[in-house]
Amino acid sequence: MSEPIAIQAPQPSSIGSSRIGTAGFAIGIAIVALVVAAAVVGNALVPQDPFTQDLGNRLKPPFWMEGSQAGHPLGTDQLGRDYLARLVYGARISLLIGIMTVITSGLIGITLGVLGGFFGGRVDDVVLFAITTRLSIPVVLVALAVVGLMGSGLGLVVATLGLLLWDRFAVVARATTMQVRNHDYVSAAWCAGASTSHILIREILPNIASHLAVVATLEMALAILLEAALSFLGLGVPPPLPSWGLMIAEGKDYMFFSPWVIMIPGVALLVLVLGINLVGDGLRNLLGAERLR
Amino acid sequence: MLRLIARRLALGVLVALTVMTLAFLLTRLSGDLAVSIAGPSATQADVEIVRKAYGLDRPLYIQFFAWTGRAMVGDFGQSYFFKDSVANLIQKRLPITLTLGLVGLSLALIISLPLGILAALRENTWIDRSVTMFTMVGQAVPSFWLALILMIVLGLQLGILPISGTGTWQHFVMPGIVLAFTAIPALTRLTRSGMIEAMASDYIRTARAKGLSRARIIFKHALRNAAIPVVSIAAVQLGFMLGGSIVIETVFALHGVGYLGWESIAKNDFPVVQAVVLVLAVFYIGLTLLADILNALLDPRLRTG
Repeated sequence: MSEPIAIQAPQPSSIGSSRIGTAGFAIGIAIVALVVAAAVVGNALVPQDPFTQDLGNRLKPPFWMEGSQAGHPLGTDQLGRDYLARLVYGARISLLIGIMTVITSGLIGITLGVLGGFFGGRVDDVVLFAITTRLSIPVVLVALAVVGLMGSGLGLVVATLGLLLWDRFAVVARATTMQVRNHDYVSAAWCAGASTSHILIREILPNIASHLAVVATLEMALAILLEAALSFLGLGVPPPLPSWGLMIAEGKDYMFFSPWVIMIPGVALLVLVLGINLVGDGLRNLLGAERLR
Repeated sequence: MLRLIARRLALGVLVALTVMTLAFLLTRLSGDLAVSIAGPSATQADVEIVRKAYGLDRPLYIQFFAWTGRAMVGDFGQSYFFKDSVANLIQKRLPITLTLGLVGLSLALIISLPLGILAALRENTWIDRSVTMFTMVGQAVPSFWLALILMIVLGLQLGILPISGTGTWQHFVMPGIVLAFTAIPALTRLTRSGMIEAMASDYIRTARAKGLSRARIIFKHALRNAAIPVVSIAAVQLGFMLGGSIVIETVFALHGVGYLGWESIAKNDFPVVQAVVLVLAVFYIGLTLLADILNALLDPRLRTG
């Protein structure tokens, strides 16, 4: 069985010049740090509560527009809830989903990929088949179907995305394991009488970790976008939790008259995902992982 | 060449069968289907009637083989909600999704090929960097959000395109643009790196030494080689786009297969869900197979496979 073609597909290549690469890396780290800070301490700093409704103060515009209110720098939503407080709380949900999904899908994908790449032969055939099958499954549709049939919830979204997004981990872990398994230090470990599990965990894994870190950023960005899409379609994080995707969905009915209700969470989402991707590209350049097939 | 195709075909069939099994199991996840079909107000007796009527009282493996056997010959059973055969429903909706996919892919290629070539020829200049930034941002834009922005700008403020619905060709423009955006970053980067690699190769140096014109070198020699991976990835991307069109079709209320999948998920119409998952997967499998064959045709080195 030879390589499924799609393996070479969605590998965003490295940034053109090293100068913009370094600047991009710095910007990416700054963005991610900012969002993490917002998620951790944000709701302690914002005086308003993200869940308290105030129907007398519905759809107040943000501070740069006329008619804004002093207590609500980013305005209020259709139920009069403070938009800044909800945005900051939403960062927590996006990051949580991103991190948990990466952990779940990483465990699955890395295990499969390392086993396939290390043992080759029949094991590898099975792993390649699993990757090919996974790639042919339409992710959004299946994720929607699972959540639709089993009921929405944060945990279920994480589990579903984790079970669906392991393909790139497996592809990269497999390819890199194949590269390092014949290196001298692995032979040396064999000669020193190390067990297979020792070699896999202590020799192989640390040496492919840098490639996997790059994949982790890509998958995290993808998971955050997918959660937003699921929540937007009403089959992700259940209300009243302020997921950014859900905020866009709730603002949709008012977007023609108050476009900022979808602009604010949308830009937040874009900036966070851009930041994570910039970190990933920076890591790739830093670790010299760009020649990856 | 034939051996390669035969092997790929066998693999594709095996993958399709696996997806079929998964699609079947997927719809059984919710627990008791009869309960969800009968609805919240149904009594126990109603549920039993539903269970009998839909054949859900049979053992799971019999249900599975019955479904698989009929699905092989294109019979996906009856929809619970639409009161029509699933095959009919999909047949009616498929052209819309395929049109959307092709419009999206064409737009993506029209935008990403020139951008990628331009960035490669002007490597490390501000043009290259702007293209790179464009692909980075393009990758980060949530497609459903881009759809809403286009609705506000093109639909409401400029009033040049219909906001949602299916009727005319204009209805495909905005969804096409949004769908194109899901493929543009990858295609642009691939074109760029392919062109850079090609322009640095020996045969380009030979062509230059022969005194060929720059345009001839770029389009006749470099592009032809750089296009090999782009063509096959474009086919794979189309597969991804068809699978990913569900969000875009739903936002624009474009009545394609994706929208059908979305409606049937909301209505617990599991024969339709199963069939839509399978159909989209089969398209992806077929397109990757096509990509492999195209690859082998374009690059003789791969024909031995």
